[in-house]
Amino acid sequence: MRGMQPEHFSTASRSRRWFLSLGAAWGAAIAACRSKPDAPAPTEARVIGAPVSPYGSRSKFETSKRYFSTDTKVPLEEASSRTPLHDTYGIITPSSLHFERHHSGVPEIDPATHTLTIHGLVDRPLVFTVDEIKRLPSVSRIHFVECSGNSSSEWRSSGANDLQRAHGLTSCSEWTGVPLSLLLKECGVKPEGTWILAEGADPGRHDRSIPMSKAMDDCLVAYGQNGEPIRPEQGYPFRLLVPGFEGNMNVKWLRRVKVLDRPAMTREETSKYTDLMPDGTARQFTFYMEAKSLITRPSAGDTMRGPGFYEVTGLAWSGHGAITKVEITTDGGQTWTPAQLQTPILPKAHTRFRFAWNWDGKDALLASRATDESGYTQPPIPALTEVRGFNSNYHNNGIQVWKVSADGGVTNGNRA
Amino acid sequence: MATEHNWTTKITKSAKITKTAITKDLRVLRAFVSFVIFVIFALVAQAFRPAFAQSPTYGVGRPPSAEQLKAIDIDVLPDGTGLPHGGGNAVTGKQVYTQKCLTCHGPTGKEGPQENLTGGRGSLATPKPVKSVGSYWPYATTLFDYIRRAMPFDHPGTLGTDDVYSVAAYVLFLNDVVKENDELNETTLPKIMMPNRNGFVADPRPDVPANKGNHDDAKPRRKQP
Repeated sequence: MRGMQPEHFSTASRSRRWFLSLGAAWGAAIAACRSKPDAPAPTEARVIGAPVSPYGSRSKFETSKRYFSTDTKVPLEEASSRTPLHDTYGIITPSSLHFERHHSGVPEIDPATHTLTIHGLVDRPLVFTVDEIKRLPSVSRIHFVECSGNSSSEWRSSGANDLQRAHGLTSCSEWTGVPLSLLLKECGVKPEGTWILAEGADPGRHDRSIPMSKAMDDCLVAYGQNGEPIRPEQGYPFRLLVPGFEGNMNVKWLRRVKVLDRPAMTREETSKYTDLMPDGTARQFTFYMEAKSLITRPSAGDTMRGPGFYEVTGLAWSGHGAITKVEITTDGGQTWTPAQLQTPILPKAHTRFRFAWNWDGKDALLASRATDESGYTQPPIPALTEVRGFNSNYHNNGIQVWKVSADGGVTNGNRA
Repeated sequence: MATEHNWTTKITKSAKITKTAITKDLRVLRAFVSFVIFVIFALVAQAFRPAFAQSPTYGVGRPPSAEQLKAIDIDVLPDGTGLPHGGGNAVTGKQVYTQKCLTCHGPTGKEGPQENLTGGRGSLATPKPVKSVGSYWPYATTLFDYIRRAMPFDHPGTLGTDDVYSVAAYVLFLNDVVKENDELNETTLPKIMMPNRNGFVADPRPDVPANKGNHDDAKPRRKQP
């Protein structure tokens, strides 16, 4: 028993010492605060903030918006507006900033009366109301949508002054909807049904043919976008999502799917979204958007505030699947270094990449190039034009170069 | 005899036993064979699944009525499937064009301000290609489909069937594809051979070899700072 006494005492003593030292530390800390000569007195009057509200809006200090030109002969109902990619974080594009490209304006559609009809080479043609589509088993997936005409300003020259104008026709959302395959199976596709024709309820009834293999693979009839009902500009009450395929195939305001044994040869897939080659032939059904990446910060229009550390960041994506690698050059392609890929790295979705850069304050040519899971690597723009010539500027997935000048200015460096 | 009888009895007994065993074996064999047949049938059925009419899983939705389908089934295919009964020629088409199309496409289809409809034959392989109905569009049926579907831009869906045939005839006449008095209808329109009918090829991508032009790949990689 005696033997334990010192131990007990010792423990108590240690605790006490700890307590005392804590008290002393607090005392010192309080004293230190009190003795600070320029401590601000709590005299600033504060006004209580705004109350709760039924529908949120962004800070009045944030002004980022879609870009479109009004200086054009093209009616604005048939025009496009571009996502401010340099102002977005992560991989999701805010629905309000998702790029637009309409062919006959944004229709106002009452979901109570809108329907989707599936017919043609099926055992049972069916009409679905919007409510019925929402009753069926749903999935949510993150996918980019990119216009085949994105980056066309860079095909021939350094056409655009900033990232948004050059490359803003790509956006990425979480889409929620019913797999198209489920609806097609519900109707029973006949063996000879090898294509579908998807048609919108917009005034011009925009329509595209899509191979049955794709329709049965990963297409969605999407009514949700980033957790809310899909926006009117994106196809309210629902659109077709054709992951990885050129934007105009993702038919908005979907009203009809017809199963066919051949493509319908619509105006869009014959005279418009075809790629004219130097020999006068045109590539047709150029569905896939190939691997591509862009440095979003720093990008043309930014100003560097002196030498030192900058995080270089951007987006990469591929219509053929997931991004496996993004490399960065700061010396115009002499050397390439892998960037860090930010998870989640999802197939047919924007993938965020980051690269730590210590800028030495000298002229630099900054660029990124992406590789996807098929092994394909994004080529330089001149490699594309060498093969495809200059008579079509669709499907430009070439490497975008930004020029960082010693004075801190960042400009389009594609022909630098 | 007794011995013989005994022997016969033995034989019969043994035969009985053998017969029982065989019957048992046969039963097993039969069960096995029918199982194999079932598996084969199941595999074959699986392989030809699309060929068998499947019943709906969810039972949601309803069949469209004939009127409902007729109202929305507007597409026209290259063989003429979907073309409505009616007709027109470039003479009547010129009147429709002048009223409904000229302000956007110009007097002869090439003055704009909107899309160019005529000219450009032979220009596709030059540095200044002109993609018009005459120089580029592969099917005349597409012209009918698109005019009926989407034109005039600000009032789509307002042209009657004969007006669509007529104005399509006029645009084709301006492109020297048909003559002024050629009657276009559901029989004659699909037979028109458009000048650029064979001008389209399949997508050959990837058409640029990976890393082509990225000449530095062999160089040592710089360490990430």
